[in-house]
Amino acid sequence: MESLMIILVGILVSVGTYLILSRQMIRIILGTAILSHAVHLLILTVGGLKKGGVPLLSQSDGPYTDALPQALILTAIVISFATTAFLLVLAYRTYKTNGSADFHELRGMSDE
Amino acid sequence: MNNLIVLPLIIPIITAVLLVFLRESIMLQRIISLLTMIAVSSITLILLNIVQAEGIIRLDFSGWLPPFGILFVADSFALLLVFTASIVTTICLIYAFSTIGNRHEKMFFYPFVLFLIAGVNGSFLTGDIFNLFVCFEVMLLASYVLVALGGEIGQLRESLKYVLINVVASWMFLVALAYLYGTLKTLNMAHIAERVAEVGQDPLLTTVAILLLLVFSLKAGLLLFFWLPGSYSVPPAAIQALFAALLTKVGIYALIRTFTLMFPLDQGITHTIIGIMAGATIIAGCMGALSGRDVYTIATYNVIIGVGFILIGLAVGTESALTGAVYYLMHDMVAKALLFLLIGMMIYLTGETVVKNMSGLIRNYPLFGWIYFIMMLALAGIPPLSGFVGKILIGQGAIEERAYVLLAIGFASSIIVLYSLLRVFLASFFGETTISFEDRKPIPKGAYVSFCLLAISIIYIGVGAETLSVYVKDAVHTLVNPSIYIDAILKEGA
Repeated sequence: MESLMIILVGILVSVGTYLILSRQMIRIILGTAILSHAVHLLILTVGGLKKGGVPLLSQSDGPYTDALPQALILTAIVISFATTAFLLVLAYRTYKTNGSADFHELRGMSDE
Repeated sequence: MNNLIVLPLIIPIITAVLLVFLRESIMLQRIISLLTMIAVSSITLILLNIVQAEGIIRLDFSGWLPPFGILFVADSFALLLVFTASIVTTICLIYAFSTIGNRHEKMFFYPFVLFLIAGVNGSFLTGDIFNLFVCFEVMLLASYVLVALGGEIGQLRESLKYVLINVVASWMFLVALAYLYGTLKTLNMAHIAERVAEVGQDPLLTTVAILLLLVFSLKAGLLLFFWLPGSYSVPPAAIQALFAALLTKVGIYALIRTFTLMFPLDQGITHTIIGIMAGATIIAGCMGALSGRDVYTIATYNVIIGVGFILIGLAVGTESALTGAVYYLMHDMVAKALLFLLIGMMIYLTGETVVKNMSGLIRNYPLFGWIYFIMMLALAGIPPLSGFVGKILIGQGAIEERAYVLLAIGFASSIIVLYSLLRVFLASFFGETTISFEDRKPIPKGAYVSFCLLAISIIYIGVGAETLSVYVKDAVHTLVNPSIYIDAILKEGA
C-alpha cells in the first residue's frame, strides 16, 4: 500500500511541477494546489499507513495508529487552502490591472 | 511566570483581531497598535532578564509534556531577536503614522503589521519544527497582504511572484518535515537533536538537512534571492523597512537554529555548502549594489549582502563567529530598517528614485542627512557604531577557522557597501539643491522621531555592546552547546 501511495505522490508531484513550469497564471496556481495535495499524501505515507486501532483509549486497546500525521495534514490543508484562495484573488486583480495572465509579459523592467 | 513566553505571539494576534472592528477610528488604531508593540517589547525585556537569571524556560501548551506536545522555548538567542524585532516594529509604526496614508490605514494596515510581528515572534520562540512552519505561514500570509496592499500595477505584479515563490518554498518545507517525521518520528526540535545525536547524521538525514537549508535560504535570501529585489521595492517605505528588518532575519534564525541545534554533526557537507552560498551571496549582492542606478536596487542588494555576511558566522561556526553573527543580526535589523525608512523619505521628498536625479538634500534637511551618514557608517562597520562589533567578531572567528576566502569576501563587501551608500550620499545629499528652501516639503515629525530612535539604537548597539554582551554570551553559549537547550526541554525538573 505504501509503495502505491508513493507512486501516486510521484505522479502528483510531476503533474504539479509541469503545471508550475508553464507561463499561464492559472495553471501555476493549480500546480501549487496539486503540489500541496501531493505533500499531504506524502506526510500520511511516511508517517505509516493504518497499522493499528483507533487512537482512543476507550475504543481499542493498542497498538494504536499514529494520529499525528493526520493532525499535521489538517493544519497544512487549512494553510494551503487559505494561501490558494488568496493567490486566486491576487491573480485576478493582477490580471485586471496588468491586463495579462502570462508571466512572460509580467516580467517588469527596471527602466519603466 | 512561564505563561509570559506566549505573550509576544498572543498579544499582537488578539489586538489585531480587535483592530479589525475599529476600522473607521484610525486614531484609536494607531494608539492601540503602538501600545501593543511597546507592551510586547517590555514583556520581552522582562523575559530576557528571567532567562538570564533562571536559564532557558519553556511553556508546554495544555500541559502536554515534551516531546509530545507543542511548546514554546525562550532562550536568550530567540528573545534577543524577539526584542529587536518588536522595537523595530514599534519604530516603523511611528514612521507609518505620518507617512502611510489614510487609504492604507483604512484597509487594515495595522492589524496586518501585528499579524506579521506575531508570526515573526512565534517563529523565534517555538520549539517545535512543525509549529515553526505554521508561524512562518502566519508571517508570510500577513506579508503577502502587506506587499500587495495598495494595488498598483507594479505592486500586484511583484507580489504575485513573491507569493508564488513562498508557496513553493513552504511546500518544500512540508516535504522536508514529512521526511523528518518519517525517519525520526518526532517534530520537537530538542528531541530531533537528541535522536540525530543518537543515530548519527546518516546521509538520509543530511539530505533532509540540505532540503531545510534550501527552504530557509529561499526565505532568508541566501543565494536564492532572485525574488527579493523586485518584491522589496514595491510596497510603501514603512512596509519595506519591516520586511528588510524582519523577514529575511527569520530565515537566518531558522538556519542558525537548524544547523547549530538539530543537524550539527555533518559539518563537512552542510557548513561547507552554507559557506559557499554565503560567499556567492555576498559577491552577487555586491554586483547588484554596484550596478544599481536607483536607490531601491542599491538598498535591496545591501539587504542581500547583510544576509551573506551573517551566514559567514554560521558557516565558520566557532564561538566568536556565532557571537558576531548574533550581534550583526541585531545590528542588521535596526540598520536596514533605518536604511529603508530614509530611502523612502528621500523618494517622498524628491519624487525621484534614480540617484543622480536627487541632489543637495542636506542643505534643506541637515539632520536627515547626518542620520543617513550615521546609518552608512554603521552598515560599513565603522567603530563605535553597531556594525563594528559583529564584523570584528565574525572576522576573528573566520581567522580562527582559517576561512580566509570567506574572510576576504566578507571584508571586501564592507568596502562595497560603503561605496554604494556613499555614492547615494554624495550624489543625493551634496551638490546643488534642485528644490529651493521655500519650496521644500517638510519632513513629518513622526518620521524624524523614528529616524532618531533608530539612530540611537544603532549607536547603543555599538557603544553599549558591553551591556548587551551578557545576553549575547548566554545566547551563544546555548548555541555552541546544544545540550543545554536539549536538557532544558527533555530532562524533567530541569
